[in-house]
Amino acid sequence: MAIDGKKVEQLDRVVIRFAGDSGDGMQLTGDRFTQETAAFGNDLSTLPNFPAEIRAPQGTLPGVSSFQVHFADHDILTPGDRPDVLVAMNPAALAANIEALRPGGIVIVDSYDFTSRNLAKAGYTSSPLEDDSLADYQVHPVDLTGMTVEAVAEFGLGRKDAARAKNMFALGLLSWMYGRPTEGTTAYLEKKFASKPAIRDANLAAFKAGWNFGETTEAFAVSYEIKPAPMSQGQYRNITGNTALSYGIVAAGQQSGLPVFLGAYPITPASDILHELSKHKAFGVTTFQAEDEIAGIGAALGASFGGALGVTTTSGPGISLKSETIGLAVMIELPLVIVDVQRGGPSTGLPTKTEQSDLLQAMFGRNGEAPLPVIAPQSPADCFDAALEAARIAVTYRTPVMLLSDGYLANGSEPWQIPDVATLPRIEPDFATAPAEGETFLPYARDPETLARAWAPPGVAGLEHRIGGIEKADGTGNISYDPANHDRMVRHRAAKVDRVAESIPDLVVDDPSGDARVLVLGWGSTYGPIGAGVRAARAQGIDVAHTHLRHLNPFPRNLGEVLRAYDRVIVPEMNLGQLALLLRAQYLVDVQSYDKVTGMPFGSEELAEVVAQAVKTLDTPSLDRPRQENHR
Amino acid sequence: MSIDLPAPTLARDGLAGIPSTDLKQTGKDFTSDQEVRWCPGCGDYAVLKAVQGFLPDLGLKRENIVFVSGIGCSSRFPYYLDTYGMHSIHGRAPAIATGLATSREDLSVWVVTGDGDALSIGGNHLIHALRRNVNMTILLFNNRIYGLTKGQYSPTSEPGKVTKSTPMGSLDTPFNPISLALGAEASFVARTIDTDRKHLTEVLRQAAAHRGTALVEIYQNCPIFNDGAFDAIKDPATKDHAVIRLEHGKPITFGPQGEHGLVRDPASGAVSVVEVDDTNRDALLVHDAHAQDPSLAFAISRLTDGGYLDRAPIGIFRQVERPTYDDQARAQLAAAAEAQGPGDLQKLLTGSDTWTIA
Repeated sequence: MAIDGKKVEQLDRVVIRFAGDSGDGMQLTGDRFTQETAAFGNDLSTLPNFPAEIRAPQGTLPGVSSFQVHFADHDILTPGDRPDVLVAMNPAALAANIEALRPGGIVIVDSYDFTSRNLAKAGYTSSPLEDDSLADYQVHPVDLTGMTVEAVAEFGLGRKDAARAKNMFALGLLSWMYGRPTEGTTAYLEKKFASKPAIRDANLAAFKAGWNFGETTEAFAVSYEIKPAPMSQGQYRNITGNTALSYGIVAAGQQSGLPVFLGAYPITPASDILHELSKHKAFGVTTFQAEDEIAGIGAALGASFGGALGVTTTSGPGISLKSETIGLAVMIELPLVIVDVQRGGPSTGLPTKTEQSDLLQAMFGRNGEAPLPVIAPQSPADCFDAALEAARIAVTYRTPVMLLSDGYLANGSEPWQIPDVATLPRIEPDFATAPAEGETFLPYARDPETLARAWAPPGVAGLEHRIGGIEKADGTGNISYDPANHDRMVRHRAAKVDRVAESIPDLVVDDPSGDARVLVLGWGSTYGPIGAGVRAARAQGIDVAHTHLRHLNPFPRNLGEVLRAYDRVIVPEMNLGQLALLLRAQYLVDVQSYDKVTGMPFGSEELAEVVAQAVKTLDTPSLDRPRQENHR
Repeated sequence: MSIDLPAPTLARDGLAGIPSTDLKQTGKDFTSDQEVRWCPGCGDYAVLKAVQGFLPDLGLKRENIVFVSGIGCSSRFPYYLDTYGMHSIHGRAPAIATGLATSREDLSVWVVTGDGDALSIGGNHLIHALRRNVNMTILLFNNRIYGLTKGQYSPTSEPGKVTKSTPMGSLDTPFNPISLALGAEASFVARTIDTDRKHLTEVLRQAAAHRGTALVEIYQNCPIFNDGAFDAIKDPATKDHAVIRLEHGKPITFGPQGEHGLVRDPASGAVSVVEVDDTNRDALLVHDAHAQDPSLAFAISRLTDGGYLDRAPIGIFRQVERPTYDDQARAQLAAAAEAQGPGDLQKLLTGSDTWTIA
């Protein structure tokens, strides 16, 4: 297919990164490109990356915001290691991202912004458009701002407002280059700016002008075609992790018949769950923006006591504050879903960057013996299923459950095959019923199968009881300082959490040859990069097995057997080896950690190399592990 | 942007929506089988007795009453009542009760807390509960000392107080809980005394009837670590001069013969005590608990001694009607369900931007 005689090249996959100032609308641009790509039928994966500052000083390196989208004619797992195309709206965006670009990649820059002042802000002493520092790339300097201002002149906007539509010009140009549909973006702009006709018309005009510029200019001689990816039959949408997780919570309320009560305090990168759930009051979802993290979980636990599905959402610093209440929830054995959208730590850390370093906090971050189930989603869309699973465990076992998402899953997106709600699992609250005449209600009597205690919300005569943080007497739940009772109750609580393992599936290992000697095991959001790394290694003829944990506590029953079946187990994590520590402690297996905490997901090529090295050195008695020694 | 909220449901009783019973109840019905373990002579016994004796008067189903407490001596309270109860963690009871009350309109929710629990570690939750006006009653047992941790000064202890942690005297300026609650936009603020069962019961009755957060400060003697803190207002020889009883609509006077009265300085707004005579009788302050403006209630609260307690107003300082958080939160759920129909999960999951692979 040729457009106006221009050449059309076929590609199987492309990675594009849009980069600009925080105020340039790069997240919106990336999001629109993603929606059109989804509608076109490519498989895709996205990685937004933005600074913690809302508007860092304009034109500076700290103010650069970017959005990376990887799309393909086949099934892909990650947003891509390195972009093939970089769109840089100013010198700072170019400077901050050029290193990531593949050699030979395409660079499109807004030349308008390459003034000596802006160049200096980005740390350039000479213009990279004029010296030969970009010789390795195909550079297209385009006056995006100038052409946008010209294209929207008729709408009478001030120069500043007119120039703001330049992101839509860029989107139009890229949409032409990659043959994206435009109807969705047109409809989106019409709706978004319905009340501001001049802004609406300017954005639409800039978007069209960008497309037309691509089509007519001689500067772009080629456009590209990436065919739709074969996907299994069904209806799809694009979804981010935070949205999927929110929907999972709504679904858990529906599937259990319980009203949902979210108690939360705003925190990056979890706030979007609060925003999303606050829209779904028609489902009986109450959202309570509390005065602090402690009140958020306190109110959720109070609602659980009252028979609701209590949920609290936060990130690592919030978990620190909630710890005491989580301990209370462990003690009073009530259902509670605690969502930790992990970010770089410790302390405030890297609020907008991703990390998996709250695993040990989730496991052990409380006083006393306070075990709770921990689970983690593996991709943005999987956040839906993981939230449902967290609620199932919480309600069935009367326990707080920690759901460990992270910043990469929260903001990243991928196509989601929309489930048929008729196929979703039911969750049974199984409330206590009034005791028979002459019988006494025992709030801490346990179900022999699950070891869960009775859940008896107020309002039922005959079930009046008192619970609290002081050790409970087995059965009655009254205060007890009896030494033997305490020992028994500590063990009961631990045994109950262990019992969850009987309701979770065995771990399945992807080992196509059945002869692999090296196993790569991950958890949480590293699923995509590890999966892509394993594929890349196999493509080089390397035999390697891959498996991924959803349940971190308790582990699947066959995990020990799986670990011992391989000569070498590699555990990549975005922390300093927290899962590895747990595995070594529990199974006495010499798993090897591969870890990194840059605030960014692993690259798949990097992991393929780790696999290759592991296989190559299999028969070397002493493994070289410099990474470990460096940071321990 | 702001949205006009649904018309507030005012003039609603604090007990509206809670199932009642015609069965005759007695204090015994509200007494659990647990042994009460406060120190002999503790003021908490008197309050417990008064509450057990008063709850039957509400005529509510016992299973629809919940007591939530924090940590401290008084926070053991729920264990001794045969209702639903939660003895939670230090300072957090108002937050837990907020979630419970918001999700369950059919419950009568009570919070039991102390001066350390409510005003020190839990100060944030207290002020936010008051400003939100969640329908619940908070009983703040103020003994002006830390009892359970054996005698450190509390946020209501007088400056200079010598305790285990302040051998050279406390340097802290104390909170006046009534002033604090008024500043936090509380819609019901009252004070009473553990040993005055009649007054205590009447205040509790009005607090329970109030729709919104009712804060009741109860002066409560700790015989072990702060004995005598309230002697001046309890001793028959001095109490008539020390206790200023507030009654809505009546001129505020006190003293055995009503010889002391309150007047307000029109310039500063401050309230002071005068000896009543013919020259000032007409200027005596008439208590208006229902005044929308809390200034007067605040001015009266300032007559409480910050040091050793020689004088304190008691009664209902303020009781005004204001929409409650929980009623409004439930109204929003109902309004959303009415406008959009009950939630359709399949529709939500599907959204508006989809594509189909055939």
